This record gives sequence, C-alpha cells and structure tokens, in this order.
Amino acid sequence: MELLDIFITLGFWSALVRMATPLIFGTLGELICERAGVLNLGIEGIMTMGAMVAWYWVYQGGDLWTAVLVAAAAGALFGLLHAIFSVYLGLSQHVTGIGITLLAASLSYFAFRMLLPNVTTPPKIDPFKPLPIPGLSDIPYVGEVLFTQSPLTYLAFVLVPVVAYGLYRTPLGLAVRMVGENPLAVEAQGIDVHRLRTAAVMLGSAFMAVGGAFLTISVFDAFYIGMINGRGWICIALVIFASWRPGKALAGALLFAAFEALQIRVQQASSAFIPYQFFLMMPYVLSILAMIVMSRRAAYPKALLVPFRKGER
Amino acid sequence: MRLEPRERVPLWLNIVAPVGAIALAFALCALLILWAGAPILPAYAALLKGAFGSTFAATETMTRAAPLIFTGLAAAVAFRAKLWNIGGEGQLYAGALAATYFGTGLVTLPPLLMVPFLFLVGAIAGGLLLLLPVILKLKLRVDEVVTTLLLNFIIILFANYLLFGPWKDPLAMGWPQAAPIIDEGVLSPLIPRMRLHSGLIWAVAFAIFAWGFIRFSKWGFQIRAVGHNPEAAAFAGIPIGATVLRTALLSGGLAGMAGVGELAGLKGYLTLDISPGFGYTGIAVAMLAGLHPLGVIASAIFIAAIYNGADAMSRAMSISNYLADVLTATALLLVLASVLFVRFRPRLR
Repeated sequence: MELLDIFITLGFWSALVRMATPLIFGTLGELICERAGVLNLGIEGIMTMGAMVAWYWVYQGGDLWTAVLVAAAAGALFGLLHAIFSVYLGLSQHVTGIGITLLAASLSYFAFRMLLPNVTTPPKIDPFKPLPIPGLSDIPYVGEVLFTQSPLTYLAFVLVPVVAYGLYRTPLGLAVRMVGENPLAVEAQGIDVHRLRTAAVMLGSAFMAVGGAFLTISVFDAFYIGMINGRGWICIALVIFASWRPGKALAGALLFAAFEALQIRVQQASSAFIPYQFFLMMPYVLSILAMIVMSRRAAYPKALLVPFRKGER
Repeated sequence: MRLEPRERVPLWLNIVAPVGAIALAFALCALLILWAGAPILPAYAALLKGAFGSTFAATETMTRAAPLIFTGLAAAVAFRAKLWNIGGEGQLYAGALAATYFGTGLVTLPPLLMVPFLFLVGAIAGGLLLLLPVILKLKLRVDEVVTTLLLNFIIILFANYLLFGPWKDPLAMGWPQAAPIIDEGVLSPLIPRMRLHSGLIWAVAFAIFAWGFIRFSKWGFQIRAVGHNPEAAAFAGIPIGATVLRTALLSGGLAGMAGVGELAGLKGYLTLDISPGFGYTGIAVAMLAGLHPLGVIASAIFIAAIYNGADAMSRAMSISNYLADVLTATALLLVLASVLFVRFRPRLR
C-alpha cells in the first residue's frame, strides 16, 4: 500500500476519530485538574480503574451507560483520594499522583484476578455498537468517519465545547481558572479553595476513568493487564501541548490519534524494512517532541503544584 | 482542620508515625484478604514465612532487595533536589543494555576489573539517559516528569527491538534473549546454592556512598540546597544548572547499576522481563525511607519482603499476588501522610 493511499481510505479516518476518544477524555480530565492547580499523575491508574470497573459491570449483565457512570464514579472516588492527600494535606502532587496510579492500577488488577480466577483468555462482553446518526451519517465520506461512531465518541466531542464553555463563560469556570492562578484571590471572594480544587480533581478524574472505560466497553470487548499502556502519560503531555485549552486539546488528541492510526497501517505495509518497535515508539517520541515544540509558549497555571494552606502567605 | 508546624518533634513520634502508617496499610489490605475469602492472620503468616521463613526465602528477599536499593537511591537522590525522575525503569534497562553491549565479548578484563567496568558503563548509560530530559528541563523548561516517564516506554521498546532483532542470541532456541555476559563479568554468589549475589554488597556500598555524598560533600550540600529552596540557593551563588545535571548523572547512574546487577548477578543475559517494575517500585522505596539513603536499604528489604512474601502467599492460598502492589501503594500514601503529621500538628479549628 502506498503512503498516500492510506489517507484516502475511510478506515484510516474512522480509526483516527475512534483512537482520539480516550485521549480526549483523558486530556480534558487532566486539563480540568491542572487548571485548578493540581497535577494529577494518578491518570494512568484511574484510566485502568475505569476500564476495569466498566468492563466488569457489563460482564455482570449491567447496562452500558450505567457502566459509564460507574466508571466515572470510581474515577471521582480516586480523584477524591488524590485531593485529600494533595489538596487538603498539601502533600507533593508528584508523589501522591504516582501513589494513586500505583494504587488504582494494582487494585484493578487485584480485583480482576480475584473476580475471575482460573481464567486464561479474558472473557468478552457486548460493547457499544457504532450508532449512525440519522441523516448525518448518510453524507458521503464525512458521514462514515464522523457520524458512524460509538456513542462515547460523540460524548467526547460534545464535551470539548462544554468544558470550554464551562471554563471560560461561567462563574464556576472562572473560579476554577482563578484557583489555579491565584488561590488567595479566590479565598478573598469567600470561596473555599480546598473544596473547589477537590471538586475539579474529582470531575477531571471522572473524565479520565470514562476514557479508560471507552477502551474496554467500546473499542475492545475485554479487559487485560497493562491495557492503558502509557495513554495517561500521553494525555499529560497533550495538556502541555494544548497550552491548557480545551479546543487545542482536541486538536492535539486528533493529531496523536492520526499518528497512531497511521502507524498501524504503515507498519503493515513496511514491516519488511522498518522494525515494528519503532512504530510503537512513535506516540511517545511525538509526545516528547510536542512538549519541546510548545515549551516556549507553555504558560503553566501559576499555582500548579503549589499547595494552599489557610492562613499562610 | 488546620495544620500548624510543631516547634519540637518528639523522637517517639518520628518512629511511631511511619510504623503506625505501615500497620494501618496492612490493616486496610486485610480487607482485601477477607474479600478473597482467606483468613487474615494465616495469610499474613504465609507472607512473612515466604519472605523470611527459610534460608532460601530470606536470600531470595535480599536478592530482590538489591535492585530496589539501587532504584530507591536513584529516586531518593533526585527527589532530594526536587528533580522528578520517574524514569528509573528506563534507566535500569539502559544500564542493562550497556552492560550487554560491552559485557558479552566486546571487552574482556580480569574479573576484578570486569565487574566494576560493567557497573561503570551501566551507570554512564543510565546517567546519559536522564541527561536528555534534564537538559530539556533546564534549557526549555520541559517538564521532566512526563519526559522521563515516556522515555521508559521508548527504551523498553528499543530493547525489545534489539532482542528480537540484531542482539537475539542464535543459541537461545528462538527466545528473545541476548548473548550471555562473559564469565569474568558475572557477579559471584554470596551463599552456596542460593541465587543471592554480590550485587547486594554493591548496592549497600552505594547506599553508604550516597549517604556520605549527600551529607558531607559540597556537591551533596548543593543538591539539598537546590531541593529546599532554589531561589535562595541561586542567591547564595550555588550553580543551579550544574547541580541539577550532577544530580541527574548520579540518579540515572544508580538506576542504571540496578540493571547491571540484575543482568550480571541473576539472569546472566538480557531478557525483556529483567525488571518487574523495579524502577517504579524504587519511588515507593525512596518515599518510605524519607529520601534517606541509608533508610533506602531498610525500605528496599521491606518492600522486597512484601513482594516475595505475597508470591508465596498467592501460591499457598487463592489471593492474587497483586496484593503486594496494593500494599506498597497504600503504605506509600499513608507514610507520606504520617510524615506530614510528624512535622505539623493537626488542629481542629
């Protein structure tokens, strides 16, 4: 297959939109946390947890949409845990986040092993089916790529403007952005800094968990150990790439998904002369490159990583 | 609730707080054992027995502690300077790759020199791998957490490529493994018929070295100063960039040596399962030790005991050995919180 041929196949574009979905959820989630001044390195583990609980819910005969809610709730719970340590106790956000990732991922694996002992091949479930949107899905080309996707993919794309509107056009969003820049000013407004940050971290973590759930109950139909495979870390790079803006986060996620979708197809075409491991490296290499390119313009929220203690200047 | 700094920290609190936190972690994880349908005390007894119950068990625990001391030191040294090196896993592989490159026939030295030589090339490889993200951090302010994390994936895929491609040992019957380290480079066993090797002695020696370095040397003082307060350190004329670079070389070097020890002491040849996440577990080791290099020895043995004990426990009863990871993570978070309550007194408004 020639390289250019890949770009004119609908399968490529459709896969691109599909692969962007978990990245959109994860990046939006991390963005909300960081905008409130809290780095959430728990993302990798929270995505694993979301993937596990959503899959298990459906495996036990639960409904797919309820599974999404269950995943979101589990994510919010770990977000709360992260907030207790990093917001209320003011402990290092780096170390707490790594701890949350270790805890959430290992609890997921432990539960998976205990719930399904003696299973060698992961049992399958009936995942979300592509939902063609009436009318729009009949548009040639565009319809198949954009409007014949999993309902969770539509949700991800809808959430981008919703989050942007929430952050930039509502009083609550203003407060969240302010608490990431100048928590003292927020306190002066009579808003509880700790509660606001905790709420933001919980919401962001719920997003991450749904991103993980998308992998098990929409793309694949099973859960397996190590399935998140660094996607969470890539989301953290994407937040920096996006300069903490939801619209750019969408663009970044799509760009990354494009490379991922391209990678699989080029790999099939050229495995004879380029070892496949180099293609698998691409997303990670690109994440680093993206951070280098954006480094000059990276405007970190000023209070990111800075714990807030009442009565301290 | 408000936290106010304690004027004096009583000695007993310094000991009771972390021990209490670890006890609480065991109590919380007992709930998981209950959930698994196993009795709690016999389960923990099996864990203890699996960790220290026989000469074999104890030497296996010490064997597992050796790489954890190295990766724990790597994290402790870096975190002291507020350099968030989460790339211990990748640096471990870099060390193992370098030792494989030089140690499988390219260089032959007498055993007395060959082993230090392998540790040296491994340390250089690990240090160089951390240099890239640190230079990006210093020059372009690129966040080192993400870059070090992502480099782990890149290096392991690179090792994967080498082991399935150019470095694949034709005598290994199709297994993805490299040629064995030459006999001169193999670390000698410490106890006959056991797997415990002299890598442990190297690890302990470097823990003592790291402690002395941080505590007594000028460069060590600069590392601590930069970690405490970079602005004040810069104002006092401490070269921030040079200090961070030195920290990076030391930290990455220590993690690289973990890879050399595993390669030359345990496996003898490079495989893709040379590390079950030693690099990541090293972060927990360092935090449990309060970033103290000598404490790292104790906490590495403790965590190695949890992992080996949990393996034995999962063989004896139907409890997944992922319990070890849950225990480590819970202990990490709780000890972190306990240290805070040592430094601050919680006051209800």
